[in-house]
Amino acid sequence: MHMSIPASTTAEAFEAESLAPEAAASVRPAAAWRRLVGHRSAVLGLSVLTIYAVASIVGPILFPFNPGQNQLTTVLFAPGQEGHVLGTDNFGRDELLLLVYGARYTLSLGVMAVALGIIVGVPLGSVSGYFGGWADIIIQRFTDVLLAFPPIVLALALVAGLGVGLRNVVIAVGVSSVPSFVRLVRADSLRLRELPFVEAARALGVSPWRILLRHVIPNAIAPVIVQATLQMGFAILLAASLGFFGLGVQPPTPEWGELLGEARNYIFSDPNLATFPGLAIFAAVLAFNLVGDGLRDALDPRLG
Amino acid sequence: MITYVARRVLAGVPTLWGVATVVFFMARLLPGDPARVIAGVLASPEDVERIRKQMGLDQPLWVQYLDFMGSLLHLDLGTSAHTNAPVVEEIGSRLPYTIELALVALAIAITAGILAGIVAAIRRNTWLDLVISGLSVFGVSMPVYWLGLMMIILFAIDLHLFPAAGADEPASIVMPALTLALFSVGLIARMTRSSMLEVLGQDYVRTARAKGAPFRVVVFRHALRNALLPIMTVIGLQFGALLGGAVVTETVFAWPGVGRLLVDSIFFRDYPVVQGLVLMFGTTFVVINLLVDLTYAYVDPRIHYS
Repeated sequence: MHMSIPASTTAEAFEAESLAPEAAASVRPAAAWRRLVGHRSAVLGLSVLTIYAVASIVGPILFPFNPGQNQLTTVLFAPGQEGHVLGTDNFGRDELLLLVYGARYTLSLGVMAVALGIIVGVPLGSVSGYFGGWADIIIQRFTDVLLAFPPIVLALALVAGLGVGLRNVVIAVGVSSVPSFVRLVRADSLRLRELPFVEAARALGVSPWRILLRHVIPNAIAPVIVQATLQMGFAILLAASLGFFGLGVQPPTPEWGELLGEARNYIFSDPNLATFPGLAIFAAVLAFNLVGDGLRDALDPRLG
Repeated sequence: MITYVARRVLAGVPTLWGVATVVFFMARLLPGDPARVIAGVLASPEDVERIRKQMGLDQPLWVQYLDFMGSLLHLDLGTSAHTNAPVVEEIGSRLPYTIELALVALAIAITAGILAGIVAAIRRNTWLDLVISGLSVFGVSMPVYWLGLMMIILFAIDLHLFPAAGADEPASIVMPALTLALFSVGLIARMTRSSMLEVLGQDYVRTARAKGAPFRVVVFRHALRNALLPIMTVIGLQFGALLGGAVVTETVFAWPGVGRLLVDSIFFRDYPVVQGLVLMFGTTFVVINLLVDLTYAYVDPRIHYS
């Protein structure tokens, strides 16, 4: 939307701030880390994620377990019954072990989908912002079109065409996260393009692609890290909703959304079954959002 | 103003065309043969060939594309492979349920979100503010399908307050609407809080208080009205998000809207209906964005459009 609000003092202040030399200076990792660990809710999120990461790596080694194997003598135990801390599911599988095994799938789904979004979105966004012109127009129209679909609808449509399974869920969720990275990096590239050090590189005759790779993208990376963390929570939610519908990762793989979808059939008799996988998803997404908010404050003190 | 409206409407056209094109190619280029799927596993090769002819899939791609765009202009989205009814009718019979659900949820979200935001702004940095601000992070982190299941367990199974599923009674809408609203409540509250804090620091608010206007009048008449514009942006965007959220909520509560139709159609491999629905969701979003933009121009005379 093209609009012009009569120049205000805040607008001028903002202009001055974004032209300040610090604007392009890279964030020192040590200082950013100190600010992050001083952020209480971010530390809480980091702890949850650490527990998840350790559980998903160490758990399967300590407790070997085959999710594909049914235990018909232990079906639908209540939490605490015969040493099953969280009870057992409709196949007699220990709920806690399922969740520990599922952490791998849920977390790696999030990581892979967001990685796909970055691999596609960052180059498109930087080209769009740095070169402008036709490339910009085409990429922006394309992004507008992708943004017109609610992410869940886009993901469902892609899964409907591609079929279910881990790989296709990663593609479906990854595509939905592309536009946010395009937008973000484009805005930063537009700003960086005009800064003296990029201009100097241009004047020295450095090739445009090299400027993009060596000067523009590296300086746009901090907001990408923040966005990636926040997107991770969103990707997990989206992937789990596909699993919940039965259109995501397929059983017997104990992905959390799939477990929740399965538990839905036993909601009247065994409501606990639905409680735990959902709680696991909620905690993971919340943790990523808290860390993301903390990272934003830590990497960009001007916003805090 | 009229030229602005005209130009803004025209600017939406390429996006709509892009939405239709993406939907066309999504259906054609993804692996799998639609004719074979629709014919079923037991169909003879002749049957598959006949269906392919019927659907125009034997034509070159560009002819199919022109046909597709041509029939869109006549609002012809083909016929459902599952019920054989026109796709437009299938969608039309379900759409009122989704609109009803989204509007009720939006009303809840706006009321609760703005009130919570105002309270958080007035009681800034108290425990109340902390709780309300924390709620917005909770809202966006909550898996909607899980929240729905938990509400069913608590309010339908344990307390017998509301029906667990369906749309048979007036009370049926309560749980789906509350579930759907939660995501937006937090975001609207957060936006209201920051917008109100900014306005409450302005000179004219101080003047109003200095001349002895009652606190309530200052908050609602002087501050809120001026804080509304950024809140409206969030609300406009939320309506699009609510339509997406409806897909999940409707499935959890067996609410007979278009969201549930989408999920069911994917299971039936009813591609014409899936395609029609994806197109409808995309178009709705573009139109809503347009309406939000036009409302700005109407609400805020300070915005000049060049």
